[in-house]
Amino acid sequence: MRMVGPLFHSGFAMTAARLETESLSCTRGGRLVFRDVSLALRAGEALSLRGPNGSGKSSLLRMLAGLLAPSAGTIRWDGRDIAEDRDGHRGRVGYLGMLDALKPTLSVAENLAFHAALHGGESPRAAAAIDALGLARLGATPARRLSQGQRRRAAIARLLVQDSPLWLLDEPTLALDQDGLARLGEALRTHLASGGLAIIATHVELPTVTSATLALGATA
Amino acid sequence: MNAMRSLIGRDLRLALRSPQESLTVLAFFAMAAVLFPFGVGPEPQLLARVASGVLWVMALLAALLSFERLFQLDHEDGTLDLIVLAPAPLELLVLAKCIAHWLTTGLPLIVIAPVAALMLNLPPEGIPVLLLSLLLGTPTLSLLGAIGAALVLGARRGGVLLPLLVMPLYIPILIFGVSAIEASIAGLTPRPHLLLLAAIQAGAIPLAAIAAAAALRQAAE
Repeated sequence: MRMVGPLFHSGFAMTAARLETESLSCTRGGRLVFRDVSLALRAGEALSLRGPNGSGKSSLLRMLAGLLAPSAGTIRWDGRDIAEDRDGHRGRVGYLGMLDALKPTLSVAENLAFHAALHGGESPRAAAAIDALGLARLGATPARRLSQGQRRRAAIARLLVQDSPLWLLDEPTLALDQDGLARLGEALRTHLASGGLAIIATHVELPTVTSATLALGATA
Repeated sequence: MNAMRSLIGRDLRLALRSPQESLTVLAFFAMAAVLFPFGVGPEPQLLARVASGVLWVMALLAALLSFERLFQLDHEDGTLDLIVLAPAPLELLVLAKCIAHWLTTGLPLIVIAPVAALMLNLPPEGIPVLLLSLLLGTPTLSLLGAIGAALVLGARRGGVLLPLLVMPLYIPILIFGVSAIEASIAGLTPRPHLLLLAAIQAGAIPLAAIAAAAALRQAAE
């Protein structure tokens, strides 16, 4: 049985934590994936999740997004349990999963405009987001013609058209080149500087972002 | 509302750029209308007698063809997670999917229904009621189909399971749809049957929205 559970706190609580979890456990298909994960993040802070495959990084992110209910423990946003207001919490989340969620027949700009409208953002920001990820020349290109790395960039651009304070990124660096990595770092830096939070499951050190690390899957 | 509109707009655009789905439904419906007279023989009276039932059964089966992929593609490419995470109520987004589904499958089917009715020798006085009953009944097919499509998401061989789940729910629509046409051909009023179809649709709107949204949330786990 794999167990984890180092208690994690991102320093002293000088300001109140926006996102806090207490003794989170995850059981999938009868198997304990992790237990007793406690973390706290204040505005402007980032946290990296590390751990071997199957240690529950994606599950933890999905839990924090409100997609997956914890088998035990609570998640609080500004002191309130998110289980009390799941719909409200979902609106706060900018989630980047392993999949890019792009429609192959729609252009990059159309894909982004759709996600902007879905999340109540404005589609004019799609152009700025496309620029920020270095996709300016590909705005009108159908997503099926993009390379893996370009698709990943478009998926990251999606975060920029939403106004979500909490970014949950699952392997955001997948297929990204150096330039893409730098642009992701820059987007993260801006997000954190404006008081956003980010939790990132990654094996790559992101430039310009300093973050604490939570290791999952350390055998107890 | 904005989110609903953008989801409908996106689905319509996707259907326009890769219209295989809508065309499959239409082709099935049209081909059945062509083949049926060969199967039962071209006697006008016999065809006229069974036309209303055949048309409605064909519409049901044609609709069934299109449900499996209703949420499947969004599920496979990760879009479903983002739809579930959208601030708008998921129930409304499910309705948006149903509206787009009906616009791309149900509505084209209604457009070609008069031609199919002619091929099956449906008495002319039955045609307006056929269209009206399809107009009231096919949106319900999309709504109930959405429940089934959401329930089988992630299941292996969902395509086999889906008709078994949805077919029983379609039987009342079939009965009242056919009865309305039969009544009008017999010179009676089709009103009560059409009102019942409308009532089923009115009931299916909230039911499908709530049930399919719950199933989608489950699938997102």
